Amino acid sequence: MLCKRIIPCLDVQDGRTVKGVKFQQLKDMGDPVELAVRYQEQRADELVFLDITATRRGRSIVYDLVRRVSRELLIPFTVGGGVRSFDDASRLLESGADKVSVNTAAVNEPQLITRVADRYGSQCCVVAVDARRTPDGGCEVLTSGGTNPTGLDALDWCGRAEELGAGEILLTSWDQDGTTDGFDLELTSRVSGSAGIPVIASGGAGGPSHFVDVFTTGKADAALAAGIFHRGEWSIPRLKKKLYQKGIEVRL
Amino acid sequence: MIEIVPCGGNTGSLTRCLERLGAAYRISERPESGVPLIIPGVGSFGGVMAELRSRDLVEWLRGEAAAGTPVLGICVGMQILFDRSEEAGATPGLGLIPGRVVRFARGKVPQVGWNRVEPARGRGGGGYAYFVNSYHAVPESDEDCTYTADYYGAFCAAAARRSATGYQFHPEKSGEFGLELLKEWLLCCANE
Repeated sequence: MLCKRIIPCLDVQDGRTVKGVKFQQLKDMGDPVELAVRYQEQRADELVFLDITATRRGRSIVYDLVRRVSRELLIPFTVGGGVRSFDDASRLLESGADKVSVNTAAVNEPQLITRVADRYGSQCCVVAVDARRTPDGGCEVLTSGGTNPTGLDALDWCGRAEELGAGEILLTSWDQDGTTDGFDLELTSRVSGSAGIPVIASGGAGGPSHFVDVFTTGKADAALAAGIFHRGEWSIPRLKKKLYQKGIEVRL
Repeated sequence: MIEIVPCGGNTGSLTRCLERLGAAYRISERPESGVPLIIPGVGSFGGVMAELRSRDLVEWLRGEAAAGTPVLGICVGMQILFDRSEEAGATPGLGLIPGRVVRFARGKVPQVGWNRVEPARGRGGGGYAYFVNSYHAVPESDEDCTYTADYYGAFCAAAARRSATGYQFHPEKSGEFGLELLKEWLLCCANE
């Protein structure tokens, strides 16, 4: 049976791995290539690199990083953050990324999804959706690193992204992100239950029970986490063993 | 030397894998006769066949395989080794392995991620391989299926007949297990 995927996420700024809570108080976590190789050795199923560099100079560093990472990895990896145009996406894929994730640019220009999918295949095109609960019980899509409420319903937008050619949805709960209180199970289950493509749950991972819940109740196909791995609270092998003991199919 | 048959899509991870294994390769518009071939199919069955046709490679590939040149198809590249596919009604494949290609009937389609593959006839060990596929091959003869996996039912994950070998998964993205399979294929080529 297909395994549930465990995906560490590396935030990258100016070519270094950084970690903060909601992009605040960033702390240097080391060389992304070294960290990526370590996660690969620990049997991470895939990696996501999120480039949070704001400067133009920093942006060019990321392409070099992607080339270096791609020489070392024998598992798929996704690069996202600041992908503003088809050319940005194209350059990342040509540099060796297996997939690109698009977020704000896809909301602003939905045809970007179709262009990437048509040129490189849907499997290359991950649409990242940051969602926040609204007082009326709905879920709204945020863009620009969570600063811009769009008024779009998260479930509607995920369905639209799939129609446009997205190969996977990376769904981040803005309410849970950085909390270690667990994934937003209801949101994940609603999106994954209605999607025909895989959904990667993100935001809130604090321990093995959260992963168990998001793979069962949340119906997620994969789960992404950063803090618990970077801080060394849970290693991937220990986490996967726990999941296996709970009857969840994982790549051991 | 290995010839990578250009048929659209990114071949970066495959070439980096070959480099890691110390295998020389080239990607040429006009592959040389008698040199082992890899078809790294990305996209659709019809799309890859159209690409090969536009380069006048369809009959040439059939001839090479018949002459005993090793041919390795990856993902859609495996599917086109078969006779036909549900994805491309009228377009025939290369027909190197008798059988057809059908769409997954259940679950999310495409299948994306790691799946356990097991040798079909107890040869060697199994492992985890990375898949991205909506369709899978159904060989006419069970003898031609070399690895199976399970996605809401068993399916053929790899096949081989005479000089043709196909992997439905991406060995170049499947960690050490995938690297071993590529190494095995390269060794077989060297012994031809």
